[in-house]
Amino acid sequence: MTHDADTHHEPSSFWTRYVWSQDHKVIAIQYTLTAIAIGLVGLVLSNLMRLQLGFPGRFDFIDAAAYYQYVTMHGMIMVIYLLTALLLGGFGNYLIPLMVGARDMVFPYLNMLSFWVYLLAVLVLVASFFVPGGPTGAGWTLYPPQAILPGTPGTDWGIVLMLASLVIFIVAATMGGLNYVTTVLQARTRGMTLMRMPLTVWGIFTASVLALLAFPALFVAGMMMLLDKLAGTSFFMPAIVSMGRELGHEGGSPLLFQHLFWFFGHPEVYIVALPAFGIVSDLISTHARKNIFGYRMMVWAIVAIGGLSFVVWAHHMYVSGMNPYFGYFFATTTLIIAVPTAIKVYNWVLTLWRGNIHLTVPMLFAIGFICSFVLGGITGLFLGNVSVDIPLSDTYFVVAHFHMVMGVAPILAIFGGIYHWYPKVTGRMLDERLGRLHFWVTFLGTYAIYFPMHYLGFLGMPRRYYSFEDYAFIPDSAQDLNAFITVCALVVAAFQFLFLFNLVWSAFRGKPAESNPWGATTLEWQTPETPPRHGNWGEALPVVHRWAYDYSVPGAKRDFIPQTEPHEGAPPGTDEALAEARP
Amino acid sequence: MNLFATLADKPWLAQPAPPPDEAARRMPAARVGVLWLLASLTALFSLFAVAFLIRAQLPDWEALAGGAGRPLASLAPLWVNTAWLATASVTLQAASLFARRGRSGALRAALAAGALSALAFLAGQALVWQQLIAQGHFIATNPSASFFYLLTALHGAHLAGGLVAWVHVARRAWRPAADARLALGVALCALYWHFLLAVWLFVFALLAAEPATLVWLAEICGLR
Repeated sequence: MTHDADTHHEPSSFWTRYVWSQDHKVIAIQYTLTAIAIGLVGLVLSNLMRLQLGFPGRFDFIDAAAYYQYVTMHGMIMVIYLLTALLLGGFGNYLIPLMVGARDMVFPYLNMLSFWVYLLAVLVLVASFFVPGGPTGAGWTLYPPQAILPGTPGTDWGIVLMLASLVIFIVAATMGGLNYVTTVLQARTRGMTLMRMPLTVWGIFTASVLALLAFPALFVAGMMMLLDKLAGTSFFMPAIVSMGRELGHEGGSPLLFQHLFWFFGHPEVYIVALPAFGIVSDLISTHARKNIFGYRMMVWAIVAIGGLSFVVWAHHMYVSGMNPYFGYFFATTTLIIAVPTAIKVYNWVLTLWRGNIHLTVPMLFAIGFICSFVLGGITGLFLGNVSVDIPLSDTYFVVAHFHMVMGVAPILAIFGGIYHWYPKVTGRMLDERLGRLHFWVTFLGTYAIYFPMHYLGFLGMPRRYYSFEDYAFIPDSAQDLNAFITVCALVVAAFQFLFLFNLVWSAFRGKPAESNPWGATTLEWQTPETPPRHGNWGEALPVVHRWAYDYSVPGAKRDFIPQTEPHEGAPPGTDEALAEARP
Repeated sequence: MNLFATLADKPWLAQPAPPPDEAARRMPAARVGVLWLLASLTALFSLFAVAFLIRAQLPDWEALAGGAGRPLASLAPLWVNTAWLATASVTLQAASLFARRGRSGALRAALAAGALSALAFLAGQALVWQQLIAQGHFIATNPSASFFYLLTALHGAHLAGGLVAWVHVARRAWRPAADARLALGVALCALYWHFLLAVWLFVFALLAAEPATLVWLAEICGLR
């Protein structure tokens, strides 16, 4: 699309260039840094939780209320404000226009607005730490009635700010999502057919569609709960006696909230997972110098997973009680969604098979992702069955499962992506040795944290509990394991600061990067300048002649052929000859 | 574009080069953006409708319409509002036609009429709120009233958001210079108004439905 001439004037002042910027690359960096900043808060909260679990009673400031506030805010921050924002707002913003050969997003002003509204959502969320009563401690799922009743921490201000922040976030995500989807559909450069797009774009595109269709459910639930809290309505609130006092609510359905929440909540898992799938596919193919195995199947799997993710939500609600046929249906769909997911895993492994594997830092993270994702995914198959889920649902087994599959795995993909694209963003390489150290400590450390939790879950150790004194069925040795997990969590957290140091240090002192240090085929590595300037492509937009995975093509001069390179015998200008040759 | 044919492409094979005018044949990005927005809003209002149906099956539900003493005993004011919104929709469609034909005088008149009718609709809705409050039907009186206030407010907020877009388009329409993108802007405004009219008819039908109708709806949706 050549819509650039009239709408894109290069900004001239510091403020329009770096603050009120409409350039997708600057907005991506703003999104990423904000998400990392709030993610650090989430990380510290998790360590505070672990201090209580590993060394109960040693830390006076962690009382039960504080513990529940840590749990709630940790969960919400990590899922929504870190992972969703970083994968869509950060990676999506940076990569979509560059990978499809556009000069920017199609609606740059809306894009800028999306970031500032996101920042507002984050600030409202952070504000809840400083209001009377502190942030909400309702658990990240915010189930009514307890979420808004006295006895739960933060029912005066915390829960209101939480819900307000979510509603604001949804507005931001919608503005972003409209941009990502429309840019992919309408602003691809000449020759970039949908099936020539790198899988990263496919993952982010499909996740954006899911976000546009699933976030409304959270919006509906959030608005109705706000009214229940502030206006005394009874959408979700049943007749209830609280602290010996009968409340004005009557007849509402807490289950209705759960359905709405998980109708958003399960697609949300894939909003996080699909971009990670895409990023990992591209990392594996590039760093194994081999075309992705089964490209079409990978695209179909992404689309199929996106569709199926809307019909599995009630597997989060087996313990809430439901019609057995209902449970049967959701168990079946849950197991079916494992099929396209497994196809993706097989294809990653088959891409590695006999590839020319370069164990670069991005590749290490990509392989780490596969390991974590397989482990977390397989326990998901256990939990998808009603009869297995019911005894395990409220134990640490579930904590281990979802942290492996949608905590550790996506964050490994994000790290891999950052190490991979950092040279394009900054023009400098991240330090390799620090990167390796960061990878090994993070990968092995998270295994050390979550692997033993499966065992604790089988022992019956309940999740969400503040302390575990006087439970006869939990052996004393469980406490030793908990202390071990806590120490590992502290170490892993500490090493994330090494990563931050690397990010900052390398931006100024890192080894200068060439424009295509990994020898990659995709368009973002073929920009005239590194880092790309405003408008990305200089005078003329690139023209795409081939798919994104021409690695190690027999007979080729190099072990990769950029997407912009025409096929043999068809130099630019003789495209028509090729067109005629088609049957 | 045939989705299945696209997904069956074999991108690893050499393919014919795309025609140079590929981009020009695509739908304008703004239209695609608005269509996706409408998809998202359809999800939003559908989920509200499902929540409404589920909540309406619980024993404390009191129907809004049908019978004296009910909050919406007379539907006349809402029908009047509906007429205003329909007028807005029709006039904006006319504006879209005038924009395409380049008749700027008629375009401005139709645009103004569309916005005024939309404002009349909003004022009419506020009036209905006032009447309900005067009769003692507050937001927490009954879940049906809660839904009435919530859904009308949300629909009104989306219409108000549409008026922001309208201001954006109108500023261009009142400029003397010819503007190639004006017709598209007006057409998208009209499209958004039609959508909100459809949403309103849907919400109105739900709110005014008899309890028996809601039971029947819940049954065919598998919610009972």
